[in-house]
Amino acid sequence: MSTSKTTAEDHRKMHVVVVGHVDHGKSTFVGRLLHDTDSLPNGKMEQVRKNCAIEGMEFEYAFLLDALIEEQEQNITIDTTRIFFRTKQRAYAIIDAPGHKEFLKNMVTGAASASAALLLIDAKEGVMDQSRRHAFLLSLLGVKQLVVLVNKMDLVDHSEATYRKIVAEYSAFLKTLGLTAVHFIPIAAKHGENVVQRAAKMPWWKGPTVTEALDAFSHEDDLTGLPLRLPISDIYRFDHRRIIAGRVEAGAIRPGDELIFQPGGRRSTVRTFEDWPGPESRKVAGTGDSASVTLSEQIFVERGQVAAHPSNQPRVGREFRARIFWLGKEPLVPNKTYRLRLLTQNVDAVIAKIVKVTDASTLESKEADSVPRDSICEVIVRATRNIAFDLHHECPITGRFALEEGGRIHGGGIILDTVAQSDAPSGKVTASERGARAGHPPAVVWFTGLSGSGKSTIAEAVERRLFDAGRNVIRVDGDDLRVSLNRDLGFSAADRAESVRRASAVAGLFAGTGHITLVTLIAPLAADRAKARAALANHTFLEVFVDAPLAVCESRDVKGLYAKARRGEIAEFTGISSPYEAPEAPEVHIKTDQTSQEEAVDLVLAAIDKVLQGKDDWEV
Amino acid sequence: MSRNAQNDHLTRLEQTSIHVFREAFANFRSVCMPWSMGKDSNVLIWLARKAFCGKIPFPLLHIDTTYEFPEMYEFREKAKVIHGIDLIVRVNEDAIRRGIGYATHDPVTVTHELKTVPFKAAIDEFKWDALVTGIRRDEDPTRAKERWFSPRSAEGNWDYKDQPPEFWGQFASSAPEGGHVRVQPLLEWTELDIWEYIRRENIPNPTLYFSRNGKRFRSLGCHPITHPVDSPASNIDEIIEELKLTKTSERAGRAQDHVGRNSMQELRAKGFM
Repeated sequence: MSTSKTTAEDHRKMHVVVVGHVDHGKSTFVGRLLHDTDSLPNGKMEQVRKNCAIEGMEFEYAFLLDALIEEQEQNITIDTTRIFFRTKQRAYAIIDAPGHKEFLKNMVTGAASASAALLLIDAKEGVMDQSRRHAFLLSLLGVKQLVVLVNKMDLVDHSEATYRKIVAEYSAFLKTLGLTAVHFIPIAAKHGENVVQRAAKMPWWKGPTVTEALDAFSHEDDLTGLPLRLPISDIYRFDHRRIIAGRVEAGAIRPGDELIFQPGGRRSTVRTFEDWPGPESRKVAGTGDSASVTLSEQIFVERGQVAAHPSNQPRVGREFRARIFWLGKEPLVPNKTYRLRLLTQNVDAVIAKIVKVTDASTLESKEADSVPRDSICEVIVRATRNIAFDLHHECPITGRFALEEGGRIHGGGIILDTVAQSDAPSGKVTASERGARAGHPPAVVWFTGLSGSGKSTIAEAVERRLFDAGRNVIRVDGDDLRVSLNRDLGFSAADRAESVRRASAVAGLFAGTGHITLVTLIAPLAADRAKARAALANHTFLEVFVDAPLAVCESRDVKGLYAKARRGEIAEFTGISSPYEAPEAPEVHIKTDQTSQEEAVDLVLAAIDKVLQGKDDWEV
Repeated sequence: MSRNAQNDHLTRLEQTSIHVFREAFANFRSVCMPWSMGKDSNVLIWLARKAFCGKIPFPLLHIDTTYEFPEMYEFREKAKVIHGIDLIVRVNEDAIRRGIGYATHDPVTVTHELKTVPFKAAIDEFKWDALVTGIRRDEDPTRAKERWFSPRSAEGNWDYKDQPPEFWGQFASSAPEGGHVRVQPLLEWTELDIWEYIRRENIPNPTLYFSRNGKRFRSLGCHPITHPVDSPASNIDEIIEELKLTKTSERAGRAQDHVGRNSMQELRAKGFM
């Protein structure tokens, strides 16, 4: 920790990754950097020197980092270690990424969070396999600021010619990756030459020292200028509020913005930000900010969807071409199901085709049936359902994804392009496809009960709540059917049975289109209702018994039917001259003399909610 | 350093932590947050309330070693009310009956018996699959290797040699069979960040951190093995100024870390935080 302060100090910590071939001096370099920037805790040097003495080893700067026993035994860094230090300019988190081949996944972890990279090359050994492999990964991971450190210059007599040779060879390689090193700095980490202090032994070097080069780096690109991408993490309903929670990954969002949620395409407007502790909420949430948003119109949204402005939306599709790095112990193979994770989206996907596998060291490509561990390849990825994404070059953060198997991440990739939908689904549109489009499964909810019991009133309220929540919902009303489809039917037992049969057929058609279908029909006989349930066996069927005492129904007599029946103008009127067989085990039993209409509606919605479980955004 | 740049830095840390909280809550079945009542723990509570718009939607767990400073118990009851905490308290009564204590046993044994054992028992009892911890990478070299989401086996062991890769905001999304995932929203924070954030947000903390008679606690644990450091810093501003100059480690006053060369490593491999 430096004690000096300057006004120009940048308080934002910069993440720097240190990579390079095994034994090219990464840990020694970082140890020396900490020492020379005065960033070690008191007593650390002494402690490590003492431990070395106990173990009978010569002190090395690398040991300052290798705090774990295993590391000291194996003499290699096993994991991404974060070490904090600061220069006069600003604070850094340096990631001492390992160079051992086996531990590539740790290097990926480190490099993915870095704004800049330092890549070490041993001046004596020259450019090696991992020198090239790591640069390839840096290019995939999107690390653009790169400084190459030509290390161990002391072993080549601080020769400018040796340095020049490595610069020429390696910059040609970087060029093929589309990378450019900001500097190639000749150093001798062990002796601290050109790390913080200028090296007296390399007077020919006029460029910066490592810390000077680091201080000249800028922070990662500001993505606030990009189109808005707000992936939904969750929907919170801890109190009366329904809050859409997520992190703005690109662009910015403000109250009043119209949003479109992809996939799905539903729209709503940002009503408020719900920042705690309030009462003042922000006026804008920019890139990297968490957002807690309420919407003006209550629509169905769920974790995984990406909110964008309608004028600049992500692509929606289920197939794309990608470049992948694969770190799994098992090779990546086509037609096996993996989990594809892109922001908060998490879907099953297969590798439809391996286009080519690239040798990260030579950059030579070849066709292959599978992709071994620690390889880079180009593939066609096919998800089982639509996802929202961008091409990597358009918007990096929505243009990259991870592949997971068995709950563990095994690889990652960037999206290069969409592909023609050669395999667009064909044949019959299935119920599950309709369900996927609606965002919820269909269901039939059958309201039975005496005439005047309140079936239609409750069903209408339920329909309103479902509709406002963005559900596909439709009502099939017995009275409407009586003057249309059932115009030819009377009140006889046979006609009633036929009317129930017709109503179930209509309900089945609507449910087949993915609708939650609310049927209101007296259906007085248990046998007829059982037939309806059987006819609709392909769909979730809920029976709602609207149980009102006959006297109450008759006193309401909204349609004057009870009066007519009493006068004998309607034969076989249910409850008067014809029986009503109360359901024995309805899914919902509403006793209207004990339950308010609002409570009744809530009961029905709760039952529907259960059916749609797994769709956790369900409160209306 | 301008005040704006510092604010910007703290806001970035805060926003990342909120994201980690939210991802954990969305991904795991049953989340719990162990609470030591120390400064990092209290910052976590604050961040959780920000993440979930005021309300912490999971319980907090206090493993009471019975050796807390009296002031900490007072603070616990006060903070419980302020933050609306659903608090579970567990004590290893069995170990206390067996006479395990600092008067008779070494700190590593006591820490294991009174902290790690009841901690594991609580995990077994409540079947949490995610535990939110306040550990930071700058605290100790073994903690530098942690991940945002760090899987632990059913035995609570940490396989630090074979950790899942973590990149592009994608974390390990499920716990190992019978195990759990440690969720660590403060990983990138430093001790200085913690205090600057406490100052900015005005987060309640025990007053043991402030100097009395020339000494203050920099890190809080069981009273028999937690020693104050020499410091005149009697308020947050002074602590911050002190931290900018200090080069002694934060846990220097915590005896259990310093018994053997690798005592922290041993404790952590056995399930200690």
